[in-house]
Amino acid sequence: MTGNFDKPLTERMHSDGSVVDLQAYEQAGGYQAIRKVLRTGMTPMEVTEEVKNSNLRGRGGAGFQTGLKWSFVPRGKDIPNPTYLIVNADEMEPGTFKDRLLMERDPHQLIEGAMVAGFAIEADIGYIFLRGEYTLAAERLARAIAEAYEHHYLGENVFGSGYSLELHLHISGGRYICGDETGLLNALEGKRANPRSKPPFPPSVGLFGKPTVVNNVETICCVPHIINRGAEWFKGLGRTRDGGTKLFGASGKVKRPGLWELPMGTTVREILEEYAGGMRDGVKFRGLLPGGASTDFLVEEHLDLPMDFSSLDKAGSRMGTGTMIVLDDQTCPVGMTWNLTHFFAQESCGFCTPCWSGLGWAERILKSMEEGHGQPGDLDKLAFQTKMWAPGHTYCALAPGAAEPVQSALKYFHDDFERHISEHRCPWR
Amino acid sequence: MLTAEEIQEIETEAGHYPKREAVCIDALRIVQRHRGWVSDDSVHDIAEHLGMSDTDVDSIATFYNLIFRKPVGRHVVMVCDSVSCWIMDYDRVKKHLHERLGIEYGQTTSDERFTMLPIVCLGCCDHAPAMMVDRDLHSDLDPQKIDSALEKYK
Ligand SMILES: Cc1cc2nc3c(=O)[nH]c(=O)nc-3n(C[C@H](O)[C@H](O)[C@H](O)COP(=O)(O)O)c2cc1C
Ligand code: SF4
Ligand code: FES
Repeated sequence: MTGNFDKPLTERMHSDGSVVDLQAYEQAGGYQAIRKVLRTGMTPMEVTEEVKNSNLRGRGGAGFQTGLKWSFVPRGKDIPNPTYLIVNADEMEPGTFKDRLLMERDPHQLIEGAMVAGFAIEADIGYIFLRGEYTLAAERLARAIAEAYEHHYLGENVFGSGYSLELHLHISGGRYICGDETGLLNALEGKRANPRSKPPFPPSVGLFGKPTVVNNVETICCVPHIINRGAEWFKGLGRTRDGGTKLFGASGKVKRPGLWELPMGTTVREILEEYAGGMRDGVKFRGLLPGGASTDFLVEEHLDLPMDFSSLDKAGSRMGTGTMIVLDDQTCPVGMTWNLTHFFAQESCGFCTPCWSGLGWAERILKSMEEGHGQPGDLDKLAFQTKMWAPGHTYCALAPGAAEPVQSALKYFHDDFERHISEHRCPWR
Repeated sequence: MLTAEEIQEIETEAGHYPKREAVCIDALRIVQRHRGWVSDDSVHDIAEHLGMSDTDVDSIATFYNLIFRKPVGRHVVMVCDSVSCWIMDYDRVKKHLHERLGIEYGQTTSDERFTMLPIVCLGCCDHAPAMMVDRDLHSDLDPQKIDSALEKYK
């Protein structure tokens, strides 16, 4: 069950939930990756190449190639100064609880990752953008950052190498839209977190108009291990083409909800049945959202798919954050779709009409269905609305993400929607 | 008037950004930590301190849901209403809190002990349903656990 494979991200963590402090992190081989980079005279481009070769893909949901993103940052003496590295620790995607673990249990891993990533993109200043509700992570990160400064790992002239990195913790004022990378940039600038029009993309024009890379917490945590043990080793950790391990999770009415670091490409069925223990007694499996609220439902026929970016894309869904939300037969799929749409409608930043107007409309249709007032034609209206939220119609991926569970629910649970309308009630109430 | 302590904390944070206005959200959070919420007067004081207009500061304050522009009770109960908690019987949690505290979302008990608000996913979905009271996370909730959790907050 525990599996005989490397778990670089979680292997140092204490089972009692306490934090791995600086001393424990170093005893377990911590801060060796940044030493290796600085002492062997690796260049920023060499570090970037190594990460590119590892095939590390962003763990924030979109799966963008991390090394490739870093290579877009302008380098050299004549570029606008400073360059920023931002760790996206906003984790507000419903059903997602992976970055919290990494920050609460092993904050130095994230700090070292930020140092190496910062070196690779020639960053001067880094920020960890943390959601306000993560109070324990805030305390532990603040403590760990202070420890790293006390030991001169952060600040001026790290290990006498001439490399300097300032790292600050920013605690957010709330709202899901802060997780979108350009919404996040505006929030860090002290503004409302409306996303920005793209292009330009952050690596060329980012925070305060300067070159900026935004990466997810889990992405950054992979970086020191790639440097320590090499791109080939990292690629080999995965069972499929997408390299590395991944924090996979399951919530809903499964026997053992939880979070596990597993090889990329572990199948949906293994996670659901072996790790999460299958469904609780008395309930049956109906479907799942593989990686948070903004991913398409998968059903029985998909269970043998490998959980990785490429396989789930091909199946018409997305791996997203890799933390699955399981729907059982005692839970109403229309009610669940309403709950999800309510979330997206509430969190819309109000910038684009298809999003602020259409999501509210869709939410009202779903609500009325649940309350027994569904009308013939409602399903067509819903399907029409979701087409309006497609990529390209909006400034950010919130509305396209909101469309995914609705469209796939209409596809896989069509009869349940029809019954709500024909019976003028929710059959689960 | 901002207190000397508030000003000092704001200035420490301001040092982390190249532009002064960038500290606005931190300033709102700092004032709220000291006073429980952000009044019109506080908006004005922050604006004056940062060289911004009151309207600018208010437009930012009202965007972010963790900034309270109305008075709250001594403790704020935030109940996760997102999808995993909903599957795990959020409705029962909400009903129990409504009955026990005698208030709806957005309201404060008459003894000013609790304010109750909905919140999005708290990243505790494997121990759903969940809520936060002030800075503390409470998980795997049922009516009994809710009652004993609330006892701690006077
Ligand atoms: C509405 C919205 C919310 C998002 N929330 C998060 C988040 O909480 N954490 C995160 O890492 N990425 C989030 N993202 C994705 C980011 O925009 C960005 O792609 C990511 O941080 C890049 O990091 P990565 O390449 O390491 O995955 C969100 C995107 C959108 C559109
Ligand atoms: S899609 Fe929605 S959340 Fe994204 S920018 Fe447009 S209105 Fe804002
Ligand atoms: S859905 Fe409630 S904690 Fe995640």
